[in-house]
Amino acid sequence: MNKGDELQNSNNKDGSATNQNSKVVKKLMLIVFGMFGFGFALVPLYDVFCDITGLNGKTSTTAAVYNVEKIDTQRVVTVQFISRSAQGIPWKFEPMVREIKVHPGEMKLVKFYAKNESTRDIIGQAVPSVSPGLAAAYFQKIECFCFTQQPLKANEEVEMALQFYVDPELSEDITTITLSYTLYDVTGKVES
Amino acid sequence: MTTDVIEQESHDEHHGDHKMKGMKRWLYTTNHKDIGTLYLWFAFIMLLTGGALAMVIRAELFQPGLQIVDPDFFNQLTTVHGLIMVFGAIMPAFTGFANWMIPMMVGAPDMALPRMNNWSFWILPFAFAILLSSFFMESGAPNFGWTFYAPLSTTYSNGSTAFFVFAVHIMGISSIMGAINIVVTIMNMRAPGMTYMKMPLFVWTFFITAYLLIAVMPVLAGVVTMLLTDTYFGTSFFDAAGGGDPVLFQHIFWFFGHPEVYIMILPAFGIVSTIIPAFARKQLFGYSSMVYATASIAILSFIVWAHHMFTTGMPLFGELFFMYCTMLIAVPTGVKVFNWVATMWRGSMSFETPMLFSIAFVILFTIGGFSGLMLALTPVDFQYHDTYFVVAHFHYVLVTGSLFSIYAGAYFWLPKWTGHMYNESLAKWHFWCSLISVNLLFFPMHFLGLAGMPRRIPDYALQFADFNKWVSIGGFAFGLSQLIFLAVVIKCIRGGEKASAKPWDGAEGLEWTVPSPAPYHTFSTPPKIED
Repeated sequence: MNKGDELQNSNNKDGSATNQNSKVVKKLMLIVFGMFGFGFALVPLYDVFCDITGLNGKTSTTAAVYNVEKIDTQRVVTVQFISRSAQGIPWKFEPMVREIKVHPGEMKLVKFYAKNESTRDIIGQAVPSVSPGLAAAYFQKIECFCFTQQPLKANEEVEMALQFYVDPELSEDITTITLSYTLYDVTGKVES
Repeated sequence: MTTDVIEQESHDEHHGDHKMKGMKRWLYTTNHKDIGTLYLWFAFIMLLTGGALAMVIRAELFQPGLQIVDPDFFNQLTTVHGLIMVFGAIMPAFTGFANWMIPMMVGAPDMALPRMNNWSFWILPFAFAILLSSFFMESGAPNFGWTFYAPLSTTYSNGSTAFFVFAVHIMGISSIMGAINIVVTIMNMRAPGMTYMKMPLFVWTFFITAYLLIAVMPVLAGVVTMLLTDTYFGTSFFDAAGGGDPVLFQHIFWFFGHPEVYIMILPAFGIVSTIIPAFARKQLFGYSSMVYATASIAILSFIVWAHHMFTTGMPLFGELFFMYCTMLIAVPTGVKVFNWVATMWRGSMSFETPMLFSIAFVILFTIGGFSGLMLALTPVDFQYHDTYFVVAHFHYVLVTGSLFSIYAGAYFWLPKWTGHMYNESLAKWHFWCSLISVNLLFFPMHFLGLAGMPRRIPDYALQFADFNKWVSIGGFAFGLSQLIFLAVVIKCIRGGEKASAKPWDGAEGLEWTVPSPAPYHTFSTPPKIED
């Protein structure tokens, strides 16, 4: 028996130091693995939380059904469109209308222009984001190019449609909604 | 609390020291004092390494324009400086104190898990070798800030992400093992009669710190793992193109990050709470309020993380929630500061170097705390965010807070570690040079930040030139002053006035009942603790 063990036992009241230590270590290791798992659990938790509260400005990824009974003609909401190409995608990508005014409940169709300015075929994916974030849940898209990926051949150009309405339930405080699209190159990442 | 002095020396003669010779002693050691020494030296070497990087940063910022380094390398410098100071200097230094002092303070013969203790130290040098080696690679060192926000560290990484992630994994494993060891030691190895509420405050603060480490280091391991798979294996945790969310990264990171900043300050509270009563020759004003304040700070640290993210576009309710929770932390912190002041009040004070560093800690940490309170206010944070004001804030709490407490503790226990008194006048030189230069270094940064100078930039607008010049001069002076500390320590190890078992007449605790230098094995027979 080496000195360390001997010292440890001599300090212990009931003579089972190693046992007691391993009990505590096991409990602590449980916390360690639990918290490692919790870190990963935060990913779906965050998505669910944001889905319910609409905190992060993400709009729905599926098409909405238009079922507004009354258009609120008293109010006007300004909808602005912004586009951005992420680093590494050689596309021209911009809204054909920068800004429109809509009544909540009114359906509108706007177009975005995209052109693959490179000499290779590229698949693009536009990711929307709404600001202020709380408006995201009220910005309903009936049809959007962002629901699918956009394959464009070299030098091909396209006009892409976005059909939407603003839910009349939108808070009175919000008078301007900004919809921003970021275009990513997902050519290597999709199995087509 | 009075204690019986145990006859250590006769006991040691019977068993011998079981010390191996040369390098093997340090490689194979399971002795808590040896491992504590290793941690402390490692932390000091890392402090000088991280400090050297900071010197290059300050040299570049001495005047506007790009003189010495290119912007990409500048980013590598700030990133690695932060990582080294946080994970390499401050955290290992505190673990070193814990290893040396906790067994002696609770009357235990050693740490509960000595072999794991050896391992948790010896993997650390490898972690930092991996991190620092990336400087010599083609792609360069991590350049995305110590907070490694995605997508800077994923999509836009310079190729150093893998090195960074594995280094952080190893540091995390080391910290978790060290923390488990400390918790087990405190729970199972206290001397008979040492109840929880009789433990010295340093033991208490480290007990709580260890729990924080156990709770959040695994989250850090998780988030860097996600970073690794996002960068190299095509997952999309933080990649918007694949349905992920970069803001999620910030949430997970700061869920680790905020408790982490308390990991770096709670042990400092413990050290200062030990030293101030010793030199004020009074009991600590309120022991139990200190314990509860420490615990409240630790608990609150889990619900304030998003105050680092006010500008990410959170809804108003979220901003208000995190603002009020953050401001709530000022209450237990205030309890502590008033406690230290009340301890000194009408005490019979003397001003040896440990006390000087402790008093400087109380004042300067409070300044750092107040600038933290300013940053907690959502409306003004939009102005301060990512400016030099933030840099000033966290350097006040980490340098004049954590680092000063480490110096205070080192001077306080050096006689116990080495058996010699350190050279008081040289130590006072170290204190005064550090105090003046550190304020010249960090105080003007407040003004720079308020005037709008952003952090993490190699060049700046002309109106910031004068302040930056002074800051750089303060930086060089502070860097050089730390070499005085090295000289004091080396002199103290080599010789000096013999230290008695209890060289500070006001000091309390079991560590002062054993001779100086502390024998290789202490408390083989547990001490008796009376009321």
